[in-house]
Amino acid sequence: MSGGHSEYNPSNGFTKWLDARLPLPRFVYDSFIAYPVPRNLNGWYTFGAILAIMLIVQIITGVVLAMHYVASTAGAFNSVEFIMRDVNYGWLMRRLHANGASMFFFAVYIHIFRGMYYGSYKNPREVLWILGVLIFLLMMATAFMGYVLPWGQMSFWGATVITGFFSAIPLVGTTIQEWLLGGFAVGNPTLNRFFSLHYLLPFMIVGVVALHVWALHVTGQTNPTGVEVKNMKKETVPFTPYATIKDFLGLSLFFIVFAWFVFYLPDYMGHPDNYIRANSLKTPAHIVPEWYFLPFYAILRAITFNISIPFTDIVLINSKLGGVLAMVGSIAILFVLPWLDTSKVRSASYRPLYKQFFWVFVVVSVLLGWLGSKPADGGYVIAAQILTAYYFAHFLIILPWLGWYEKPKQVPPSIADAVLKKKSTAAQPAE
Amino acid sequence: MSAKSKSEPTRRDFLYIATGTMGAVGAAAVMWPPIRLMSPDASTLALSSIEVDVSSIEPGQAITVKWRGKPVFIRNRTDKEVEEAGAVAIDELKDKEARNQNLGAGPATAVNRSAGEGKENWIVMIGNCTHLGCIPVGLSGDFGGWFCPCHGSHYDTAGRIRKGPAPENLLIPPFEFISDETLKIG
Repeated sequence: MSGGHSEYNPSNGFTKWLDARLPLPRFVYDSFIAYPVPRNLNGWYTFGAILAIMLIVQIITGVVLAMHYVASTAGAFNSVEFIMRDVNYGWLMRRLHANGASMFFFAVYIHIFRGMYYGSYKNPREVLWILGVLIFLLMMATAFMGYVLPWGQMSFWGATVITGFFSAIPLVGTTIQEWLLGGFAVGNPTLNRFFSLHYLLPFMIVGVVALHVWALHVTGQTNPTGVEVKNMKKETVPFTPYATIKDFLGLSLFFIVFAWFVFYLPDYMGHPDNYIRANSLKTPAHIVPEWYFLPFYAILRAITFNISIPFTDIVLINSKLGGVLAMVGSIAILFVLPWLDTSKVRSASYRPLYKQFFWVFVVVSVLLGWLGSKPADGGYVIAAQILTAYYFAHFLIILPWLGWYEKPKQVPPSIADAVLKKKSTAAQPAE
Repeated sequence: MSAKSKSEPTRRDFLYIATGTMGAVGAAAVMWPPIRLMSPDASTLALSSIEVDVSSIEPGQAITVKWRGKPVFIRNRTDKEVEEAGAVAIDELKDKEARNQNLGAGPATAVNRSAGEGKENWIVMIGNCTHLGCIPVGLSGDFGGWFCPCHGSHYDTAGRIRKGPAPENLLIPPFEFISDETLKIG
C-alpha cells in the first residue's frame, strides 16, 4: 500500500541538502504522515500505537530505576524499598514500571484478540503476525526476569518454578538448568544475569517492533471489513492527522486507566508475598505468577498424568515434561495460526460461526486465567484439563473445520461499498 | 557458475569449503567462553559437603538444613511410619525406582529409600519437589509425608511421589553417617 511512491517535497535548502544525503525526513514523512490508512479503522486498531508508547514508558522508567537498583541478593530487596522511600520520584517511577508491565500485557492481549477477530494474520500478513508472536515471547521473558529483581518471595519461587521447566528436558535438563541459574539453585549469579538480560531484552523488542512496523507498511493495514484497499483515493486517509488523532484519543483513555492503577491501586496487580524478602528454605503456601501468565500457568498445571504406551509401564512423556510441552505449545501454536485458519474470509463480521467460536475462545482463555489463580487440586484441575483440551481444539480442530464447513456472509466488494451502505441504511431508518 | 558446478570440483571450491569450515569452527570457539561463563563458578562448586549433628532429632521429628543452596530434609521416622511405608506395594507407586545413590539401584521399598539396614528410620532427601522445585511442607498431605502446595504433589513418609504432577520420588543426596550422631551430606 505504501507502494514505493513518495509524496515528500523538501521545502527549504537544508532539507533538500539532507534529502540527497540521508533521506530520514522523507522516511518519517512517508511512514507517519502521508502513509495511507483505511478510513474505516475502529478503536480496536489504536492498540498498536498504545503498545509503542507503553514500550517507551517501560524503557524510560526502567533506565532511571536501574540507576538506583542494586542487583545482589544482599542488596536488591532493600534497594527497592530505598527507591520507594528516599529516591526523588522513585515511588512514581517504580509504580509506573510495575503497573506499566501489566498495562502493556493488557494492551497486547487486546491487540492479539483484535488480530484474531478480524483475521489480520491471513495472507499476505503471515510474517507480520509471526513477528508479533515473537514480540509477545520476548515480552514474557522480559516481564518474568523483571519480576525476579525485587527479590521477594514470589520473585524467588517464581524464578525457581520457571527455570524448573528446563529440568523437564530429558537427559540434559538439569545441566541446562544449572547453566541458566549459574548454580544449583536460584542465587546471586541468577539475580545478576536476570538484571543484565532484563536490561537487554527491551532493546531487542524495539528491534523486532521495527520489523513488525516495516512488515505492516509493506502490506498495509487490514480493516474491519477484511477487504483490501482497492481505491486509494476513496478508501484511505493520510496517517496524519486522522490516525494520529485517533491514536491519541485511544492513548488518553488508556492512560486514564493506567493512572487509576498507579495512583489509587498501585499494589492491586502485585502479590503481598513479594514484600517478604526471598527465603530459599520456605515456599509460600500458594505460588502464583503475575496475572498475565495465569492462563499458561493453568495449562502447565493441567497435565498431572504420565503419557505411557497403553498396557505397559513404559512412560513416553512424564507429567512434568507433558505440562511444559503443553504450555510451550499453547504459545507456539500461534506461530502457525495463519495456516490453521483455512477460511478465505478475513473478518469475523462476515463469518457467523467463527464469530461465536471466537468469543467462546476468549471466555475459555479468561477462565483458564482464573483457574491459574486457584489452588491445584480437585475440581479446579479437572476444569483446567477440559479447558486446556478446548484451547488446543480451537486451533487444531475448530479453525480448520470451520474454513471448510462455514458458509460466510456476502463480503462487500470494497471498503467504500461497505461504508457507504452503512451510511445509507442509517439515513433511512423507517422500513 | 552453474556451468562450472556441474564439472569436477576445482582447487578453488576446496579452498572455499575449507575457509568456510575454519570460519565456522572459529566462530564457535569464540562463542564458547561467554557461554561457559554462565555455568556455576568455582566458589559455588566449592560448597560441596556439610556435616550435621543429628543426635537431638527424636523419632517423629525432622529438621531442614541447607546444602548447595537447597534445603535437605532429615527425618527420624517412627517405627509405625517405617512399617506403614514398608507395607505399600511397589506396583502402586508412580515412580518405582528407589533413586538412592548411596545404596545403589533398586525398587523403591521403604528400606531402599532410607539410610539402609539398621538405620531405616532415617530418611535424608533434597527438599525440592521433583516437579518444579518448590519446597514441600512436612508432615502433611494425603500420605502423612510431604505435600507441595505449588502444584499439589503428595509424597509419602518414604518421600515417594503418590499423587500429583511430580514425576519422580524426592531425590536423595549423597550422604553417610560418620558416627551415630553426625551425618555428612555431599
